[in-house]
Amino acid sequence: MKKKSGSLGNVLKKDMKRYWQAYLMVLPVVVFYLLFSYKPMYGILIAFKDYSPAAGVWGSPWVGRHGMQNFIDFFGSYYFRRILKNTVVLSLSSLVFGFPAPIILALLLNEVKNERFKRVTQTISYLPHFISLVVICGMIKMFVANTGIITQFLGLFGFQPTNLLGKSQYFPAIYVLSNIWAGMGWDSILYLSALSGIDQDLYESARIDGAGRWQQTIHVTLPGISATIIIMLLMRLGSLMNVGYEKIILLYNEGIYETADVISTFVYRYGLLNGQWGYSVAVGLFNSVINFIIILFFNRLSRKLADVSLW
Amino acid sequence: MKKRNLFDLLNTLFMLFIIFIMLYPFYHVVMASFSDPARISYYTGILLWPLKPYTTEAYRVVFANPLILSGYRNTLFVLIVGTGLNLIMTMLGAYFLTLKGPLFKNAITFMIIFTMYFSGGLVPAYLNVRDLGLYNSLWALIVPGVIGTTNLIILRTAFAGVPESLVDSAMLDGASHPQILFRIIAPLSKATLAVMVIYYGVGHWNSWFGASIYLQNSKLFPLQLVVRNFLQEAGSQSDMASYAEMIKYAMIVVSTAPVLVIYPFFQKYFTKGVMVGAIKG
Repeated sequence: MKKKSGSLGNVLKKDMKRYWQAYLMVLPVVVFYLLFSYKPMYGILIAFKDYSPAAGVWGSPWVGRHGMQNFIDFFGSYYFRRILKNTVVLSLSSLVFGFPAPIILALLLNEVKNERFKRVTQTISYLPHFISLVVICGMIKMFVANTGIITQFLGLFGFQPTNLLGKSQYFPAIYVLSNIWAGMGWDSILYLSALSGIDQDLYESARIDGAGRWQQTIHVTLPGISATIIIMLLMRLGSLMNVGYEKIILLYNEGIYETADVISTFVYRYGLLNGQWGYSVAVGLFNSVINFIIILFFNRLSRKLADVSLW
Repeated sequence: MKKRNLFDLLNTLFMLFIIFIMLYPFYHVVMASFSDPARISYYTGILLWPLKPYTTEAYRVVFANPLILSGYRNTLFVLIVGTGLNLIMTMLGAYFLTLKGPLFKNAITFMIIFTMYFSGGLVPAYLNVRDLGLYNSLWALIVPGVIGTTNLIILRTAFAGVPESLVDSAMLDGASHPQILFRIIAPLSKATLAVMVIYYGVGHWNSWFGASIYLQNSKLFPLQLVVRNFLQEAGSQSDMASYAEMIKYAMIVVSTAPVLVIYPFFQKYFTKGVMVGAIKG
């Protein structure tokens, strides 16, 4: 007991002696995280400041009386409701329509008897995952312009051809459908491998019991991949309020902000294009805090339900 | 039995439909890029073949553009140097997280994992890069993202799968930590490292946003940003515009072709990659 501080020193010394190489190896990693993850977190203080780059984060004066002026401005503004609503709408509709798509694709691929055909289809379905967003969005814009192939196809059903990205009511559909198109194949990989892990004897006994193909799907296949489905669902829910800016920036235009502008694109415009540092950091912080709470919640839930977590 | 055959038929048709919607957009763009510009801008159907008279004029224009060539060069630099650094840094981090003994292991692990839950956000990250003097430098596209935390966790999982007995016996033979990482663990994790190369490499090839906020000098622009700036320009219905439309098609082809060419060679690693990512860290 008397030698407590001495023994702590000894423990440290022993640790360093034994692992100095390992610490030296991890040093650049630690420096990276400090410089590029934790230093920006310190930059969050800007949200409470009237920031000027010359004065720096610390030197800039607090904004308003309590430093909360940026938040007061944001919550009181017309845009608060709009970008919150758009974020929720785009995220939820991506989830509702997008989440089942890879599961259905995997189930149907699983029914394909010809192995070669199955593999080829699968490989082709991943392709959009590897194409740049710039190109994908460029193609979307061409295809939904008034002479674009998608617009013209809709015209066959009596739809008046117009530039679909010029009308705010179509943006959510374009966003969600193109997400499904680009992500469906890649996301199905996980379910396919879960499917291949199902014990074939279960199918055998189901057949002996007289179960048809559809009944086998309901009673054997779906229960067999339900754990994977739950895990993926919880992970998706964890990023519910996290709608990325890259794709939207590439697709939207001023005319459709009404449905296309989300929190992250708003932050991008106000912060990086207009230079309203404090205000945009405040909006970004609002989003980060919500994300943090949501992801923590669903991570807990997932650990409880499926014994799986992000960490 | 009849019902079964009908299902198989419909299912096959559905798969053909999937193949069609995945491939046709790219096919359409390639065909359009060789078509007659005057006709293509008014053409509204499915393109099975370029519209006559065929032309390669759009490609001449694209390759005569100095920004395309410098774009390729910049992208290649970021791709090669960036992926190399990504790989080394991610390996160093992943290796440390597999060690059991170090006192600060838990603290460092927490420090890394926490960043998956919370970040400073876009604007502080941007100001940080400026403060560090990386603005208007290609290093701004490499250094701030040199470790992807998800990738680090994936790699850690793979490293942890290397039999402990191998590591222990190397330790007894007096191997140092760098030797254990680079001589024993890394060679046994080749497949996952290949997946890392694909993930980071594709990421570099496709990225444009960082360049759009960190670079001012257009000679430094990577390919995707050059393409983006061209595609961004809205077309009107003049002759010049239909020409510009052609160039857009050709640009898409030129910037996507390399991915399509190497795609078949890499695809065997894809499934493995997702699987590795799915396993709990």
